[in-house]
Amino acid sequence: MITILFFAHLQEAIGKERIQLNCAPLAVKQLKNHLESEYNIDLQHVMVAVNEEYASESELIHPGDTVAFIPPVSGG
Amino acid sequence: MNSQRFTITKEPISIEEVVKKVIRPEAGAVTTFIGTVREFTNGKRTLFLQYEAYVSMAEKKLAEIGEEIARKWPDAKVAITHRIGKLDISDIAVVIAVSTPHRKDAYEANQYAIERIKQIVPIWKKEHWENGEEWVGNQLETKAYPTGKPEEEDLQ
Repeated sequence: MITILFFAHLQEAIGKERIQLNCAPLAVKQLKNHLESEYNIDLQHVMVAVNEEYASESELIHPGDTVAFIPPVSGG
Repeated sequence: MNSQRFTITKEPISIEEVVKKVIRPEAGAVTTFIGTVREFTNGKRTLFLQYEAYVSMAEKKLAEIGEEIARKWPDAKVAITHRIGKLDISDIAVVIAVSTPHRKDAYEANQYAIERIKQIVPIWKKEHWENGEEWVGNQLETKAYPTGKPEEEDLQ
């Protein structure tokens, strides 16, 4: 099981701040593709953090990981 | 207020409290950056802002900025507090305090900190205007990241 967190406009688009997914280990890119078709959202310009560290598209996600989708940030 | 030097809060920020975290005998200079909510951006009137953060990661990334500064300016001590929730015009969104033995480093390190916050810290603001609302994609309000994420150098 992986935990997926959404923020900002993504959270509003999906209507949830988190979902949980049962799946075999998969790459960030694969998860993006899955969620894009499942929720009809655009994750093109969205970064991904795995366990609170920025991850590349090829990084593998394992059961127990927390994956966060991070739209372009606008703090400050 | 939280005694941690890198923190996200839902409460109004006390500038004094942030400054106190970096005051020390070795320092001869303290610079503060105070980010406040602007009413007009390119002629458009903001009524209020909503800030949201991935709090646990944001605090880690703020601490990372502190580590980057410690490498570039070994004598600097940094504290950063960022507020989230609903902020009105002129409310303080972020306070960065940097102390160093001499003033030049304090100015430079402080500017470095705010630029990095805008690149790597997972905090978002939603603009509420007179005629609508929108999550802001980046601070320039002109573009998203062209490559879909901060460039490699932004993440180091």
